[in-house]
Amino acid sequence: MPAERPNAAGGRLKALGAWIDERFPMSALWKEHMSEYYAPKNFNFWYFFGSIALFVLALQIVTGIFLTMSYKPMDTEAFNSVEYIMRDVQWGWLIRYLHSTGASAFFIVVYLHMFRALLYGSHRKPRELLWIFGMLIYLALMAEAFMGYLLPWGNMSYWGAQVIVSLFGSFPWIGDALVQWIRGDYFISDITLNRFFALHVVAVPLVLIFLVVAHILALHEVGSNNPDGIEIKKVKGPDGHPLDGVTMHPYYTVKDIYGLAIFMLLFAAVVFFAPEMGGLFLEAANFDPANALLTPEHIAPVWYFTPYYAMLRAVPAFAGTQVWGVLVMFGAIVLLFFVPWLDRAPVKSIRYRGPIFKVALMLFAAAFVTLGYCGMKPPEQPFKAISVVGTIYYFAFFLLMPWYSRIDSHKPEPTRVTW
Amino acid sequence: MRNPFNERKQALMTEEIDRGRRQLLTVATSLTGVVGVAFAAAPFLSSWQPSARAKALGAPVEIDISKLEPGAMLKIVWRGKPVYVIRRTPGMLESLGKISGLLSDPESERSRQPDYAKNEQRARKPEYFVVLGVCTHLGCAPQNRFTPGASDDGVLKADWPGGFFCPCHGSKFDVSGRVFKGVPAPNNLEIPPYAFADDQHILIGLDEARPI
Repeated sequence: MPAERPNAAGGRLKALGAWIDERFPMSALWKEHMSEYYAPKNFNFWYFFGSIALFVLALQIVTGIFLTMSYKPMDTEAFNSVEYIMRDVQWGWLIRYLHSTGASAFFIVVYLHMFRALLYGSHRKPRELLWIFGMLIYLALMAEAFMGYLLPWGNMSYWGAQVIVSLFGSFPWIGDALVQWIRGDYFISDITLNRFFALHVVAVPLVLIFLVVAHILALHEVGSNNPDGIEIKKVKGPDGHPLDGVTMHPYYTVKDIYGLAIFMLLFAAVVFFAPEMGGLFLEAANFDPANALLTPEHIAPVWYFTPYYAMLRAVPAFAGTQVWGVLVMFGAIVLLFFVPWLDRAPVKSIRYRGPIFKVALMLFAAAFVTLGYCGMKPPEQPFKAISVVGTIYYFAFFLLMPWYSRIDSHKPEPTRVTW
Repeated sequence: MRNPFNERKQALMTEEIDRGRRQLLTVATSLTGVVGVAFAAAPFLSSWQPSARAKALGAPVEIDISKLEPGAMLKIVWRGKPVYVIRRTPGMLESLGKISGLLSDPESERSRQPDYAKNEQRARKPEYFVVLGVCTHLGCAPQNRFTPGASDDGVLKADWPGGFFCPCHGSKFDVSGRVFKGVPAPNNLEIPPYAFADDQHILIGLDEARPI
């Protein structure tokens, strides 16, 4: 048989592999994380978003590196250098639109990935640390996006940064000094732009990559959850591998590539036909250069921050300070870290949970989207009132979870995975 | 005779581990390391403070007011923000007391200004009014519309007493920068710290005059 005939080139390649393996655990790593990593075989489309997020991270890093080659982080040059990229650099418009659309895509994918975890209880024991690494990634991503948005030095960049940085000024005593320390100047200036550039292209990406590695290592240590929320490690075959597991490679590498292809189709459609997404991904005011003396008509952050922005504005000033809204906004994110311990249901997956959680989770998704919509609107009625209701529901969903998740009914979990 | 060096030597030979000593050294080294890290971090954290150049650029600004006519306004930039200096006429100052009913914060209770500017004129010397040209609504630059009565462009009506008008969202302020009721801006225009160097010079950016 031809396949078994000794092949000179193949033999040499094998020898090279052996040479490396004696010096670096190449095959061992490949086996541990790919060819012998057993993942549940009942993954559905919700499980695409992890690998898509990884792809978008790589896309942002590559496009970002190429953007830095033409971008100038200087108050007098930044805006023009972005226009230069858009008009004069060969294919610069594509690289820039890939990067700006990639930012929004990253958040879409990450929000869906997080919602999947809530659906199937992927944050529950023993995956608490996996969830916490994920939340840290989310935090780093928000910092990355916020600082990246200042770089084009458009007027919305400028005033968005102004509003968000001045939030820190509402903290008692240290506020003003803190804001000055963040800006490095008495207003958002060239100095602020330059340091945000450094953080955006070096510091935060390094942190992100480290966290993503930790996230994947934690995942591969405990093993993936699945839509049934049961542990496949409990039922093993004679070979010691889970009966309901298939190896990452080739089964899920192939499946993930399929998911990735569909994602890229949709992503390319946005990049080519609607990169501004009607002002949602790139705001109209950002086509004017930053102007410290002229505020845009209506300041709103990009869509992925608007749920928290709505919460910020929903809380009125009280006892002579605006700090409460800031605390509510940060609290909304801090709360997410505790979800693994707030959920007390005896089953993980929504498939076997009772009606209370199903309704509560759907309402939560609706509240989050509604808050996001209100956050884009001017602070007027009815959006103010809706934001207040949405904020209260957001907090109630998490803070009452220990109670309602316990009294809720549940169905028995299967011992083997289902489809 | 007891020789501590020999005892130590023997302990080493027998591969005995002095756990107490090891723990003491571990804790002491770690603590020293933490102190070292804290000291090493200080310069990096301080590097985020405004640099010498930023401080120099943000230093107090001296304005010559000797050539400022009554009723006229000077605009300068201090720390990236416009500062207006107005030499008010006796007529302007007279109008201040009459309109407090129309104002949202006539006593400047919740507005930001140095203590020496917390009065009806919102100034050290009533004649000279120093104010940040930053609307307290969303930070636009208000225009000076000191002529009372209806304006040519129709945005101000016959009852307009004279003051500042913000073109972005229509906020109105009097000639002391006090905000009128029923406009988007919540507070009076902010007064920066300032001092008179002498009769002809104002220093913006510090509370007490000193040579700069």
